[in-house]
Amino acid sequence: MKAGSFMACHDCDLLHRIPAISEGMSATCRRCGASLIKTKKNSLERTLALAITGLMLLIMANSFPFLGFKIQGQVRHTLLLTGIQQFYKSGMPWLALLVLFTTVIAPLAQLLSLIYVLLPLKFQHRPPGMFHVFRWMQIIQPWSMMEVFMVGILVSIVKLAKMAQILPDIAVFCFMALIFVLAACLASLDPHLVWDQWEKNGCHPPR
Amino acid sequence: MPSTPLTAKTASLVSCTICHLLIRKHPAMDDSLGKCPRCGATLRSRKRNSIARTWALILAAFLFYIPANLIPITKVTSLGVVQTDTIMSGVIYFITSGMWPIGLIIFVASVFVPLFKLIILTFLLVSVQRRSCWRQRDRTRLYRLTEAIGRWSMMDIFVVTILVALVHLGAVANIEAQKGAVFFAAVVVITMFAAMSFDPRLIWDIKELEDARKHPA
Repeated sequence: MKAGSFMACHDCDLLHRIPAISEGMSATCRRCGASLIKTKKNSLERTLALAITGLMLLIMANSFPFLGFKIQGQVRHTLLLTGIQQFYKSGMPWLALLVLFTTVIAPLAQLLSLIYVLLPLKFQHRPPGMFHVFRWMQIIQPWSMMEVFMVGILVSIVKLAKMAQILPDIAVFCFMALIFVLAACLASLDPHLVWDQWEKNGCHPPR
Repeated sequence: MPSTPLTAKTASLVSCTICHLLIRKHPAMDDSLGKCPRCGATLRSRKRNSIARTWALILAAFLFYIPANLIPITKVTSLGVVQTDTIMSGVIYFITSGMWPIGLIIFVASVFVPLFKLIILTFLLVSVQRRSCWRQRDRTRLYRLTEAIGRWSMMDIFVVTILVALVHLGAVANIEAQKGAVFFAAVVVITMFAAMSFDPRLIWDIKELEDARKHPA
């Protein structure tokens, strides 16, 4: 953000004049302590690299076998989507949709929109509708729950440990890596990097 | 005495909730100000009907919380023996079988977090409606906390997803999801929407109102 411009705190509405902030520094609201600005070093490149890595891992996590289950000589291999399919078959389509959305669609949409916006920006282009895409990415963010799913995997493994042998497969490792990549990707993103493109384009709010 | 803090609202500005663009509000305009010229989000000085909406969602979540805890979430069939489990019976199983850390994780994520969230949001709503000036900074922090922890309640739904996928071996061993899981998922989603519909800026608006009353312009 440009030094000297104004910004209101999203949690308490207090107006702030943005001071000059060098890369890697952050600013918090002086009244309620909310984080206002977080600048990152090489934010664009880092976020972009991690988003592309994340996309590859997400595709792998959804196409390879996820977990195996061995009981009395019988082995069952499952995909990430198997449980969702099972919900749908047993007459719980809304539950199936919720799990599908929070573990596959939301992270996928997040990564795709990040790549769509940041890759052209890296080469000094502005993709059409980038601000709308970026807005949707921010709206979807709370619904992307891969890290919660990971804890769910660990709990289920412990839960079934007495009953049978659990065989983790390639997709689980991809999934684990993806959680760290996605967290690092979002942590290195400075949203104002994208929003500030608007002013650079010569646009200003109507006075 | 410190002067009245200058907020976007008192300065006749509106801050976009998504991209933080500040837009000047014309006095002729009512509550709805159209779309943000930058990101296209609907512009409002405060979230629309924040208090009424949050109350409605909280009440709905409290209602759903009862069947979510009473109706079984899974049905386990193992060599002909059928057993249904509610959230609490799962927690008790882990505690009695010596795996209390796992029991504790499930208890915190599935029982404590949703209830804690509902109680905190109720407290925030009541304090805003009573125009309380008590520890505004801490109450804002409490709001940020409820916003951040809500997602972790989904853990139990994910555990059920994995269990029904893995344990599907006919008569030998089979786990099926039960209706309780649907109610529980509803509680999680509704409380997330409730936290999103609450506007923390209302906690601070009281100060400006009080100051305006004391020192009329």
